Amino acid sequence: MQNKPSFALLPYALWIVLFVIAPIALIVFYSFLDIHGEFTLENYWNFFSAEYLQMTLTSFWYAFLITFFTFVFAYPTAYLLTKTKHKYLWLTLIIVPSWINLLLKTYAFIGILGLYGPVNAVLEVFGFEPTQMLFTDFSFIFVAVYIFIPFMILPIFNSLDKLDRSLVEAARDLGASGWDTFRRVIFPLTFNGVKSGIQVTFIPALSLFMITRLIAGNKVITLGTAIEQQFLVADNWGMGSTIAVFLVIFMVASMLFTGVRTKGGRAK
Amino acid sequence: MSKVSAAGKVYLAVVFVILYAPIFYLIFYSFNSGGTMSSFESFTLEHYAAVFEDTRLIVILINTVLVALLSALIATIVGTMGAIGIASVRSKAMRQTLLSLNNVLIVSPDVVIGASFLILFTMIGARLGFTSVLLSHVAFSVPIVVLMVLPKLLELKSSLIDAALDLGASRRDVLTRVILPLIQPGIYAGFFMALTYSLDDFAVTFFVTGNGFSTLSVEIYSMARTGITLTINAISTLVFAVTVLVVVGYYFVTNRAKAAAEAGVRV
Repeated sequence: MQNKPSFALLPYALWIVLFVIAPIALIVFYSFLDIHGEFTLENYWNFFSAEYLQMTLTSFWYAFLITFFTFVFAYPTAYLLTKTKHKYLWLTLIIVPSWINLLLKTYAFIGILGLYGPVNAVLEVFGFEPTQMLFTDFSFIFVAVYIFIPFMILPIFNSLDKLDRSLVEAARDLGASGWDTFRRVIFPLTFNGVKSGIQVTFIPALSLFMITRLIAGNKVITLGTAIEQQFLVADNWGMGSTIAVFLVIFMVASMLFTGVRTKGGRAK
Repeated sequence: MSKVSAAGKVYLAVVFVILYAPIFYLIFYSFNSGGTMSSFESFTLEHYAAVFEDTRLIVILINTVLVALLSALIATIVGTMGAIGIASVRSKAMRQTLLSLNNVLIVSPDVVIGASFLILFTMIGARLGFTSVLLSHVAFSVPIVVLMVLPKLLELKSSLIDAALDLGASRRDVLTRVILPLIQPGIYAGFFMALTYSLDDFAVTFFVTGNGFSTLSVEIYSMARTGITLTINAISTLVFAVTVLVVVGYYFVTNRAKAAAEAGVRV
């Protein structure tokens, strides 16, 4: 299938120019504009003001906590899944909830965590006073972890699934304890899966805005919420674009850091 | 292979229960005649009736499905052509560049995509609504189609194409009777992924939707912001049913395709 790449590539090339290159260029361009459309560096100065730095730090802290807890729950799940009899069936069943519309799942938690919801009902049985769990840090992190868990399980499951069983057996034969085998053989060999899992959790966690609005109670605590706020509430596209530029920079940095490159080229 | 311990089984069971609990919780209360998601009064279908009587909601449902099907279809065509184009590029550096550009929208946060598309559409003076939402969905679905189709193309043996050409097939024949049938599983997977991306998208749509037009996600968001409405619960039952049907349907389609492809060829 040599020749004629030009014809097949034409709509695709158009797509790249219009929806990949142009949007990036526009975001960078707008980040230098103030609210009246005049050229300025003010947005960048603002970003380094105490208010925004604090917000960025908070956003990172939440993203870190979300990624951490997602990992803590996802790894054992993936590990146990690889040991079940019909592992692919179980994996599919784990993934199915992630195909249900995100908004519906988030909405469910408004009821579940609410003052009269089932969680409080259970707590009451054990003699605790019902408390409003919505609009707290706990509820925000819990719901975010719930949303991200299947996406973390998937890459970890894949890397565990590919793990050569004989290496584990060799470690055990040579006298390593279960924990040693895990720490020095299994975990290092599946670390790439963990890194992809972190990648698909951390940056989306920085840019969440729907969950912060619905569950964390309208606080601007993530970079994503700040962008949404600037674009759709404050109508300050320049500042919004500046935050977006930084979010993209953080994204690239975290991709370099986790070092997982989506390699193209030959499949085999 | 070691078995899962009892504690392991309990852990997995707890994870499953937590993952499915919110969905069944929504479905359960969709039949509640009381207006809340906390005390179940008696069984009713009134919330389902409310969904089907609300013409605005029906229009939104139709819009959502229409945008998903159309955007998945267009993205599959553009993406498949793009993948064929990329596979035909000889220079390795050029191919790598194209792939990097391809992946930009896959790794970018939704908010950034949404915001930049909003600027783009405003800049070219497009009215926000059906077209802008459709174009955005096509835009973020194209790269995933490429990623699904490209591996199939690269697995393709060039000897097959040479054989077809030697036997007198025209280029068109080669494309429609050799290449496309062989990469079909990738195309199906791409279409399916594009469909789910579109149906699940909230953030990008939220930015480019404007005032008059809405999709299910955006509508649920605005409904949920005003509090609990059991109409949303009824919708979620319907969405869950459709999702399960689509997943099962997709499973059978790909299994049939796989069985056909594996007849004689062991993968």
